[in-house]
Amino acid sequence: MITMNKVSKHYGAFQVLTDCTTHVAKGEVVVVCGPSGSGKSTLIKCVNGLEPFQSGEVTVNGISVGDPQTDLPKLRAHVGMVFQNFELFPHMSIIDNLTVAQVKVLGRDPAEAQDKGMALLDRVELKVQALKHPGQLSGGQQQRVAIARALAMDPICMLFDEPTSALDPEMINEVLDVMSELAQEGMTMMCVTHEMGFAKRVASRVIFMDQGRIVEDDSKDAFFANPRSDRAQQFLAKILQH
Amino acid sequence: MYEFDWTSIPGALPFLAQGMVVSLQITGVAILVGIVWGTLLAMMRLSSASALSWFAAGYVNLFRAVPLVMVLLWFFLIVPHLLETLFGFPRGSDMRMGSAIAGFALFEAAYYSEIIRAGIQSVSKGQMAAASALGMGYAQSMRLVVLPQAFRNMVPLLLTQGIILFQDTSLVYVSALADFFGAASKVGDRDGRLVEMLLFAGAVYFVICFTISQLVRYYQTKLKTA
Repeated sequence: MITMNKVSKHYGAFQVLTDCTTHVAKGEVVVVCGPSGSGKSTLIKCVNGLEPFQSGEVTVNGISVGDPQTDLPKLRAHVGMVFQNFELFPHMSIIDNLTVAQVKVLGRDPAEAQDKGMALLDRVELKVQALKHPGQLSGGQQQRVAIARALAMDPICMLFDEPTSALDPEMINEVLDVMSELAQEGMTMMCVTHEMGFAKRVASRVIFMDQGRIVEDDSKDAFFANPRSDRAQQFLAKILQH
Repeated sequence: MYEFDWTSIPGALPFLAQGMVVSLQITGVAILVGIVWGTLLAMMRLSSASALSWFAAGYVNLFRAVPLVMVLLWFFLIVPHLLETLFGFPRGSDMRMGSAIAGFALFEAAYYSEIIRAGIQSVSKGQMAAASALGMGYAQSMRLVVLPQAFRNMVPLLLTQGIILFQDTSLVYVSALADFFGAASKVGDRDGRLVEMLLFAGAVYFVICFTISQLVRYYQTKLKTA
């Protein structure tokens, strides 16, 4: 579904990604972790071309993201993305947040988009909030809306960029629950997250990054039982202490 | 001791009202065109295409570096000739209103574009990213996501600039166009009551501008609490 082959990226002299190679098969849930500044977010933003990269190749469903001939908006419309800071559109109601791209990008009939939006809001248990604006919802609720908004586009895979990092602790689980459900339904997912509990429960594989390189790319069990690199061992020791 | 005589005002009111209509027309059209053209300039300035960005920067710097009254005079002198030559307008037709509006609109667009540029930059980059991630193209993202938020944040500044523009319309006296100020000074000259007329005109400007700026302030506090 997603392949990355020797992807490298730099801002001027600063190397952000170096030769990153991995793949995500259909239905797989891959968790990307690593210390901050290791390039995790940049890596998944290369998948839908939000971050351009200088060399290497990324393909989604066989379509090359870096190819100038590729219709990126069209590709992105089918790759769901959830951001750390939710990024709901604050000037629109919740239901409009869910319908705007369905109507304007996919060309769906507004009534159909509305039905789809309401069904998804129901699914994340926020149907009663449909007419409110994002500012009136809690962080956890906003992030659930953001997931619903991405799902409304019928994505072939979902990218999560630290979806729980900006949340108060008591709200993290409501978001992780929605993500776990999605994973169980067979959604292909790539998640940058520090939630190792989520990784242990849900992930098929774990990618560990450090200084712009993919240091480990292993099955979940192998990664947690016996990380091969020192950096991953240290990282896990620190993060799992609590 | 100067003796005030206000008696010429009531009779002059219809003429003054006509002048006010001229002032408001110039203000209204210049705000509208200024905002539309200013938005385009702001988007050019922020665009990654360097030719567009340079053009917009040059335009803004040029108009912000020359006095408004001079721009008005240029347009007053140049536009009629241009229209005569290019579109065959009859020689000597009255272009004062058209050239005044064109001058104001193009001048104000430079100021509006800076306000709008700041407004666009005030919208977090994540919003553009979220719109792109949903498959919107650049124009769609701007139109549906970024600009509505930018304008919401900008309304107070745009209105304040509008008030300044309304006051500046009095500068059309250089082309002898009878806006409100021009009308007042004409009546004052005619009746030998210039001081009274100008005091009266000043009071009217004050009431209008003060009222609108209070409304802007009210809107601003509402925006903050929202």
